[in-house]
Amino acid sequence: MTDLFDKHRTISERHERMLSLGANAVGLTNDRILSPTRAIIEGRETVLAGTNNYMGITFDPDCIAAGQEALDLYGTGTTGSRIANGSYAQHRELELELAQFLNRKHCIMFTTGYQANLGMLAGLAGPKDTIYLDADSHSSIYDGCTLSGAKLVRFRHNDASDLDKRLARSEDEGGRLVVVEGIYSMLGDRAPLADFVEVKKKHGFQLLVDEAHSFGVLGPNGRGLADEAGLEDDVDFVVGTFSKSIGAIGGFGAGNHPQFNMLRYASRPYMFTASPSPATVATSLAAIRKLKAEPQRRNRLRVNSTRLFDGFKSLGLALGCDSVSPIVAVNCPDEVSTIAMWNALLKAGVYVNIALPPGTPGKQCLLRCSVSAAHTFEDIDRIVSLFGEVVAQGHYRKAV
Amino acid sequence: MSASEDTFSTLCQLLEPFNTAKIGLKPETDISADLNIDSVSVMDFVMEVEDHFNIDIPLNVLSETRSIADLVKVVEGRLAKV
Repeated sequence: MTDLFDKHRTISERHERMLSLGANAVGLTNDRILSPTRAIIEGRETVLAGTNNYMGITFDPDCIAAGQEALDLYGTGTTGSRIANGSYAQHRELELELAQFLNRKHCIMFTTGYQANLGMLAGLAGPKDTIYLDADSHSSIYDGCTLSGAKLVRFRHNDASDLDKRLARSEDEGGRLVVVEGIYSMLGDRAPLADFVEVKKKHGFQLLVDEAHSFGVLGPNGRGLADEAGLEDDVDFVVGTFSKSIGAIGGFGAGNHPQFNMLRYASRPYMFTASPSPATVATSLAAIRKLKAEPQRRNRLRVNSTRLFDGFKSLGLALGCDSVSPIVAVNCPDEVSTIAMWNALLKAGVYVNIALPPGTPGKQCLLRCSVSAAHTFEDIDRIVSLFGEVVAQGHYRKAV
Repeated sequence: MSASEDTFSTLCQLLEPFNTAKIGLKPETDISADLNIDSVSVMDFVMEVEDHFNIDIPLNVLSETRSIADLVKVVEGRLAKV
């Protein structure tokens, strides 16, 4: 009999190697969360610099109060999907307010951000269609594309001319959907949206932008990359998550297509999942109102991100990209030194994400920081200082 | 050299940068398992193949494509459509 776990042996061996080098970098436990930027880890108060808590909103008193009130009024869970059990009025209220925030006619919420991509992609595209996806797309995009059954064509990362070439030689008969991301989660770089819009005008396709890391972050209204680029009318669909800038859990898709709401009856990840809990809906809605009312969070995030980016540059670290975003990734030379640096940073009191191939573009080994509006300048300076100490200990040499 | 041998030879050249262990490449070589290449690298290799032959190889096809011989068939099938 073949053991079903045999196929995971290489993963298991790699995990064991990681453990032998120190702490469990991909299975860490926060013993206690103190604030958006602090936790107790291994008995130490630690600065959190890998949470995607961009707005620092997870401990906002108004959001917490809204969640507590929803628990009291509507209970702990919905116990089923919206097509089976019906929607709660709060689901509709959130979708309506989020559509207004996004300046879109329609919005649909999903139970997680991962499911938002599954639901949108599998709802929009089918076996006769073709999806063109950026090579560096998040796994939820790859999985959503696979679930759709569409023909999948991968184009080179952020390369509109490569997409142009692939569209030109295609023999597509059905619909064509192109998928890019506002900010890419590993390196923090943005899609060159204007270039993709030019290709769209040339070839004709529908365009979806995953704003998971850019929603709340970019643009004069905090709506994401399309807002920043002034190209919202050229983007047919946006996808986003409540687990980053909104500080909750859940996701959404939005658009202006008159048939948009058919996704509620055609998207299996929407139809066959229990709907978001009342407390989650309430905290998400409160956070969306905060994003609207408090643009200073976005401004503070930008200032903090620039401070960390410049601080790392001054240390001579190789960074994932040249543009400033809340994701600042340090490119390390190899897996062993990356794990050693991660361990040293954790022991010194700062938590960052570790990202290793094949989960990274170009086989890069990354220490990925995500900045929060709730970080103080002292926090940012401490993160830079601790990276400096780790570099001085000889764990790092500049990756080429 | 037949067209298939020619395609096999080209694929082997394109595969060389990914063949870090420098194992001998045969038609039955499993691109992922034998060369110990992860799924992302396989997709990157296929992009090189697409560009070389000026064809598209949809990702859906890759789940059925294990060996270099499998890929030879895919490439020749796509070329026949052009």
